[in-house]
Amino acid sequence: MKPKAFDYLKVSSAEEAVAALASGGEDARIIAGGLSLMPMLNFRLAEPSILIDISKVDSLTYIREAGGHVEVGAATRQADLMRWDGLESKLPLLNAAFPFIGHYQTRSKGTVCGSLSHADPSSELPLCLAVLGGEVDLQSATGKRTLSAAEFQTGMLSTAKQTGEMVVAARYPTAKAGDGHAFTEMAQRRGDFAIVALAAVASADKIKLGIGGVADKPTVREWDILEGDALDDALNEFAWDLGGYDDIHATARYRRELVRRLGRRVIEEAKSCRS
Amino acid sequence: MPQLNKDARHTVTMTLNGDEVSGYAEPRMLLSDFLTHEIGITSCHVGCEHGVCGACTVLVDGTVMRGCLTLAVQAEGSTVETAENLASDEGELSELQLAFKKHHGLQCGYCTPGILMSLTAYLKENPKPTEEELRDMLSGHLCRCTGYVGMVRAVLDYCENRTD
Repeated sequence: MKPKAFDYLKVSSAEEAVAALASGGEDARIIAGGLSLMPMLNFRLAEPSILIDISKVDSLTYIREAGGHVEVGAATRQADLMRWDGLESKLPLLNAAFPFIGHYQTRSKGTVCGSLSHADPSSELPLCLAVLGGEVDLQSATGKRTLSAAEFQTGMLSTAKQTGEMVVAARYPTAKAGDGHAFTEMAQRRGDFAIVALAAVASADKIKLGIGGVADKPTVREWDILEGDALDDALNEFAWDLGGYDDIHATARYRRELVRRLGRRVIEEAKSCRS
Repeated sequence: MPQLNKDARHTVTMTLNGDEVSGYAEPRMLLSDFLTHEIGITSCHVGCEHGVCGACTVLVDGTVMRGCLTLAVQAEGSTVETAENLASDEGELSELQLAFKKHHGLQCGYCTPGILMSLTAYLKENPKPTEEELRDMLSGHLCRCTGYVGMVRAVLDYCENRTD
C-alpha cells in the first residue's frame, strides 16, 4: 500500500521542528530514520497531516558523554552508536544488544530515539533504556522536560510524549565499574522482532533483569543475588507476573518458558562478565 | 526548504548513478516508486513495501536504505546509487556481479539488485567478512530461490580474488 497524503517539512533545527509540531496539532508527526514510521504509513496505520523531517538536523546528530550518561541526539542513527568507540566500555549492554537490533540494512538509517518513540514492546533499545534506568528529553514549543524510562514508557506503541512534544535526546547511564552485562533474545529469524528479549545487569550484590516482548512494555525486576532454586522461583514468578499473551508467533506458555530458561542463562552470563 | 503541500507534485532533483535527474513527486511518494515510475530505473524492485524483504535497497549518499521506507522528497539533492551503476557503461558486469553469475548466486533475480547494493556498501566497511558475518548481513534480504548458498560462495570468492 501507499501512504495517505501528507504535507512535508524538512527542518534544520529542533526549534523549527517543535514550532511546526505546535502549529500542526495532534496529527503532526516527526520522522527521522523512518524505519518504524514508514511501514506504519505504508500500511495506513498512521495517517499524519504533516511529516516533520529531522533527519538532517546536525544539532540533533551527536553522541556525547555527560554526567555519567551517554547522550544520543534524536537524529543519531543506530549504526553510528553501534560503531561508536566507547560503546564496548561505556555501554556494554548495548554492545551486546546491537547485533539483535534489526539488520545492517535497517540500522544504517533507523535512529536510536526513533525506536524509543515508537515503543514496540519487543524492541531492544527501549528495553536497554529501561534496564539501565535511562532518561529521555522531550521538547515542545513551550519548554523542555526530562522523563525517566519508567515515566516515558507507558505501554504498547505508546509513551508519555504529549501532542506538540518531540524526543530530542536519550541518555543511557554508563556502566559502573565491575558490573556485568548480558543480552539475548529469541526470534523466528535473525533480526526479526523478538518473541522474548532479555537484558541483565549483575553487580556485587544485585541482579537486574529486563524483559521485552511479553508485557506491553519493557519490564524490569531487581533481586538480591539469587542462586539455584531461589533464582528459578524468582524467574517463574516474574514470568507469570508479565501476563504474556498468545499470538501468531508464540503462546503465552512458550513465552513464560523462555523467560525462565533464557532468564537464567542471561543472568549467569551477566554474572560471569563481572570483573 | 519550504513546507511541501500534500496535494501538489514537487520537483525532486538528485544525482542518480552519476547523472543529475529530476522528476515530480507528491510528498507521500516512496523513493522506490519515484525511481521506477518517474525516472524509469528497473532495478529498484518492490517486494513487501514495508522494509522487510530488502529487494528495493539502494544507496542514498553512500548509506544503505530501503527505497520503500524513504520518501522521494527526502532524497532531494542526494546522491543515489542503484544496481544500474555497477556494470560499466559498455555493459560489462562488475567483478561482484560476475562472481554471482559464476556461483549461481541468483535464480529469479528479483532480490539480487538490492543485495548487490547492500554488498557494495558493506564490503567497503568490511572487505573480508567471515561467512558468519556475511550470512548475518544477508539476513536483511529475503531470497526464496537460492537458499543463499551460491550467493555466499560468490561473495567469499569475490573478496578473496577481487582485483577492482
